[in-house]
Amino acid sequence: MIGMTHVLDPDALPDDARALMAPLPPYDDVTRSDSAFRAFLHGLPGVDQVGAEARVAMLGTRSIKTTAKAWAIDTAISMVDLTTLEGADTPGKVRSLAAKARRPDPGDPTCPQVAAVCVYGDLAGVAREALGDSGIHVAAVATAFPSGRASRAVKIADVKDAVANGADEIDMVIDRGAFLAGRYLDVYEEIVAVKEACARPGGRAPAHLKVILETGELVTLDNVRRASWIAMLAGGDFIKTSTGKVSPAATLPVSLVMLEAVRDFRAATGRQIGFKPAGGIRTTKDAIKHLVLINETVGPDWLDPDWFRFGASSLLNDLLLQRQKLRTGHYSGPDYVTVD
Amino acid sequence: MSDRLAVRKTYKLYVNGAFPRSESGRTYEVTDTRGHFLANAARASRKDARDAVVAARAAFPKWSAMTAYNRGQVLYRVAEVMEGRHAQFCEEVAAGEGLSTSKARAAVDAAIDRWVWYAGWTDKLAAVLGGANPVAGPYFDFSMPEPTGVVAVLAPQQSSLLGLVSVLAPVLAGGNTAVVVTSRERPLPAVTLAEVLATSDVPGGTVNLLTGDAEELGTWLAEHADVDAIDLTGAPAGRAMEFEREAAGTVKRVVRPTAAEPDWTADPGLSRMTPFLETKTVWHPIGV
Repeated sequence: MIGMTHVLDPDALPDDARALMAPLPPYDDVTRSDSAFRAFLHGLPGVDQVGAEARVAMLGTRSIKTTAKAWAIDTAISMVDLTTLEGADTPGKVRSLAAKARRPDPGDPTCPQVAAVCVYGDLAGVAREALGDSGIHVAAVATAFPSGRASRAVKIADVKDAVANGADEIDMVIDRGAFLAGRYLDVYEEIVAVKEACARPGGRAPAHLKVILETGELVTLDNVRRASWIAMLAGGDFIKTSTGKVSPAATLPVSLVMLEAVRDFRAATGRQIGFKPAGGIRTTKDAIKHLVLINETVGPDWLDPDWFRFGASSLLNDLLLQRQKLRTGHYSGPDYVTVD
Repeated sequence: MSDRLAVRKTYKLYVNGAFPRSESGRTYEVTDTRGHFLANAARASRKDARDAVVAARAAFPKWSAMTAYNRGQVLYRVAEVMEGRHAQFCEEVAAGEGLSTSKARAAVDAAIDRWVWYAGWTDKLAAVLGGANPVAGPYFDFSMPEPTGVVAVLAPQQSSLLGLVSVLAPVLAGGNTAVVVTSRERPLPAVTLAEVLATSDVPGGTVNLLTGDAEELGTWLAEHADVDAIDLTGAPAGRAMEFEREAAGTVKRVVRPTAAEPDWTADPGLSRMTPFLETKTVWHPIGV
């Protein structure tokens, strides 16, 4: 019943993608009207902000050492979406980033490769070519990233262009203006439309859709929870905190609320959604805090690059320095990793 | 005797322009030469040394890019601020080193004069150590000294102020940033010097002072891949060779300790500045 007004190209979609168009039961009727959707979202339990902060502060005190730390560092490296999103990005920079993604520490062949390289859509082709058959995914930001201020037709074209350039994953931004104005159904329908645009020809699975909530602009944790639910109901494969262009970005309380949302969503519908914090995660300590948060909130099912990613650029170097410290027994320095 | 309760002080480290406690939470008692309690000092751990190196590395671009003239003014300012704390330094040096009041005053005077002396050197180093080189080719060829980078300093164990200034000031004069491990038994003048540095114009992170054990911290600093040079003057007896070997792993410049602590009142010359300077030579084509 819903969805029919905004399906742009129904024949381009494989059947399994069609199934995602309507929210999964038991939520298949919450998007029947604007008011019903608002009633549903405002009926979600409120977030206890003080409680969330206390919880993450407590989890942040966990001390992860020796073999557990080595495991955490390697796991974190394999979960990094190595990102460059600058106006000054060149094909050369993307190629050098791809080389780093394949072999983060050239001096140590045991170092795992990262999960994906994240670039603007026009450079997705360069990244695709540079990564070859390494198994590293190409993620592209789209939908008028980072502001999302463009017409829907432009956003859809942006997504299709990135997919055509070889992106395996699309990082879209939600329309925060519509969200803050209370037009939740518009936000929902846009995500559904973008999801449709992620279709790939030749019977290949559609590109993975990561939905960026830009939590730094959503003001409250209650809004973060609502936006998470909109993104999950609309068929997003991942929910992602931030663009990295707005501060604050991925804070731990925000991550906690989003992780609770994906946990509750799987419990209700059986569908698992991934989570990607992005922006502001620069040190190994921050990364390990996130891993602890994952394990304690949603469990080890999410401790996998298919379900959890770090959107980061400088984080990888710090992980490598810590890795070298564990391997050699002495502190390393920025001269021993790439400048980027 | 006054009935007033003594204020028993517990000092902290000086890292990145701030005064943090040791990450380890450790402190130790500092006594005068007769064993009377003076204060508690923070006992730095390897993680404090790590943080200090990060701070020194971050401070290096700014400090080394200052004009030599400006650096000289900043060092001169340190002497000025020290002068204002003259009495406090005298008291601490006298108590820590067991000196008479007049000898302590002489040591403090010499320490302040040493800052002035090195302040004067900053903009003369290039002229004395560098210059134009006569080469057989159409090039204007010149050499100039450049700072090495982050220098770890194990400060002298005996001379707690004059010795400390005599090893720290030459490192700074050349444009390096420093991580200093102070005298273990006599750290209080270094703590006061940290307060002087914090209230002078030395940018935060340029000097980081760690009170604690050179024996414990020396290994971490000698092995640290982001430390470019190490001054082993205050290394404990028998450990200097080991530290030097560890420093060789990352090809650090090393200043070896002398058998006994040098006479710090002597004219220092250039010998403590040149080990932390590297000569850059430029071949500039002419007549093209």
